[in-house]
Amino acid sequence: MLKQIEGSHAMAEAIALCRPEVICAYPITPQTHIVEGLGELVKEGSLVDCEYINVESEFAALSVAIGASAAGARAYTATASQGLLFMAEAVYNASGLGLPIVMTLGNRAIGAPINIWNDHSDAMSMRDSGWLQLFAETNQEAVDLHIQAFRIAEELSMPVMVCVDGFILTHAMERIDIPDQTAVDAYLPPYDPVQVLDPASPISIGAMVGPEAFTEVRFLAHYKQMQALRLIPEFAGEFARQFGRNSGGLLRAYRTEDAELLVVAMGSICGTIKDTIDEMRDDGIRVGLVTIVSFRPFPVDALRNALAGAKDVVVIEKSVAVGMGGQLADNIGAAIRNLTRAPRLHSAVAGLGGRSITRASLHHLFRQAAVQPWEGTHFLDLNEKVVGREIHRKRKNRRSGPTAENILRQLAIATGLPAAE
Amino acid sequence: MFQVRIHGRGGQGVVTGAEMLSVTAFFEGRHAQAFPSFGSERTGAPVVAFCRIADREIRLREPIIEPDCLIVQDATLFKVIDVFAGLSSDGYLLVNTNKSLDELHIRNAVDRLPKGHAVIVPATEIALKRVGRPVPNAALLGAFAALTQFVHIDSVKRAIEAAFPGQVGTANVAAAGDAYEFVLSQQSAATAA
Repeated sequence: MLKQIEGSHAMAEAIALCRPEVICAYPITPQTHIVEGLGELVKEGSLVDCEYINVESEFAALSVAIGASAAGARAYTATASQGLLFMAEAVYNASGLGLPIVMTLGNRAIGAPINIWNDHSDAMSMRDSGWLQLFAETNQEAVDLHIQAFRIAEELSMPVMVCVDGFILTHAMERIDIPDQTAVDAYLPPYDPVQVLDPASPISIGAMVGPEAFTEVRFLAHYKQMQALRLIPEFAGEFARQFGRNSGGLLRAYRTEDAELLVVAMGSICGTIKDTIDEMRDDGIRVGLVTIVSFRPFPVDALRNALAGAKDVVVIEKSVAVGMGGQLADNIGAAIRNLTRAPRLHSAVAGLGGRSITRASLHHLFRQAAVQPWEGTHFLDLNEKVVGREIHRKRKNRRSGPTAENILRQLAIATGLPAAE
Repeated sequence: MFQVRIHGRGGQGVVTGAEMLSVTAFFEGRHAQAFPSFGSERTGAPVVAFCRIADREIRLREPIIEPDCLIVQDATLFKVIDVFAGLSSDGYLLVNTNKSLDELHIRNAVDRLPKGHAVIVPATEIALKRVGRPVPNAALLGAFAALTQFVHIDSVKRAIEAAFPGQVGTANVAAAGDAYEFVLSQQSAATAA
């Protein structure tokens, strides 16, 4: 049914349609309206046979989900930003134990400096935790990915993180098709665990594993994610046949036919990039987009095929590994380095801490990549004047003070407004 | 695509206003995207919300930089921020105030717009009368329908009822109706003059 609805509430409705049996949440910033919406659905009785557990922290939220999942329940939680960091140990435990929990990550930056806005730093901090990570381009896809995520997670017995851009998607109200219960029930069978804590047939889960077996356990986790490379497109195909729209999969191509310049990105930025590409195509520039949906597992073969014909590849991402550069660009570099005629790779970091990514800036960036490429990592719309002054000041003065405060002071002077309190 | 930027202060229902406008467009079978300017919202702090309306899927996720219509819920904002930034030369301006456009000292900006594209409406006053609270957002949407003729007043009323069920909705619908009539009468007076 078509609804004009906030992204978070649409996701809450979609998750409810998946019939979760345990939902754990720590309802404090950083959190989205998703768990709030689910709480309302449980309370009003429209989500039945579901235990909603308010816990005392994010660490507890995921720990309770782990316990519930091990006891055979379909378990769900959501977090963002610092909340994900606080549950980090449990994040690794969920995947290490092979428990098919689904978690929404309403992507936000990580402090310091304190910042509540959108970027992908939180997802990147857990990229090697063993969870599958799927990125939604639109709120419609966010809805659809949650339904697919439970299916993928339970088929593999591995946890799945659905990454949805905080604010940009979670707080946007738009037209979204919410599937009906019968269709979701037909797509997603009841959870049939591969391991379950059952007093009638006792087992233990979570053994101490020494050097004699640790490698094998890890290899099998990797093997499962490699299987996911086949399962994700298969389940997305089944979803498309049943629900009549394309959502999910490993990656998607947009106007890539005959493209000399290919852009690669993840999440909601792809919409703005598509509009930019349409404008550039009108000017006769052969440019296209590859949207990565599945970041973990990383679709190396599919990417290599998608990028093989291009002269230039621009990777634009909302995260930076300080001291190295863009994580996505690094992964893509590894995927294409053995191509016989590998495209030139240009890495750009954009939208950090919620900075708007505009068509105007993207136009400039894409044209620059083909004509006058930069070296290393490019920070889109970096205020070079402010950065230059701060570097200069630090050189002159040993006790130069805290960076964030210095930058804010400079900006305040430039605009003539009082510095932030 | 038609782009609306709503300026107000925290507590005035700026975000709800943008959301109700998007629901209005949805009821008319169009695509619409409403979103807030993300930040820590404090009561009284300047707040911005956006609404895009189009006949096809809206993919763009940048903030609205070049609005086709500005809705200003609080006229004191003209002194604080550049409300007019990016307003297109054939755009619309709707200001919630008891004063005239001249009294607000925004004549220069208004004169750059086509004749009849800038109006005031005492939306807070209307809301106080109809709703009993200084929440001008619903009334302003009624005025928006009259000013731009871009959405139908009946769709606006339906969207308000969807957002506020019961008596609050009825009161806000009445406020939207008053503001709609106010702008229409102002326009016909201007044409007659």
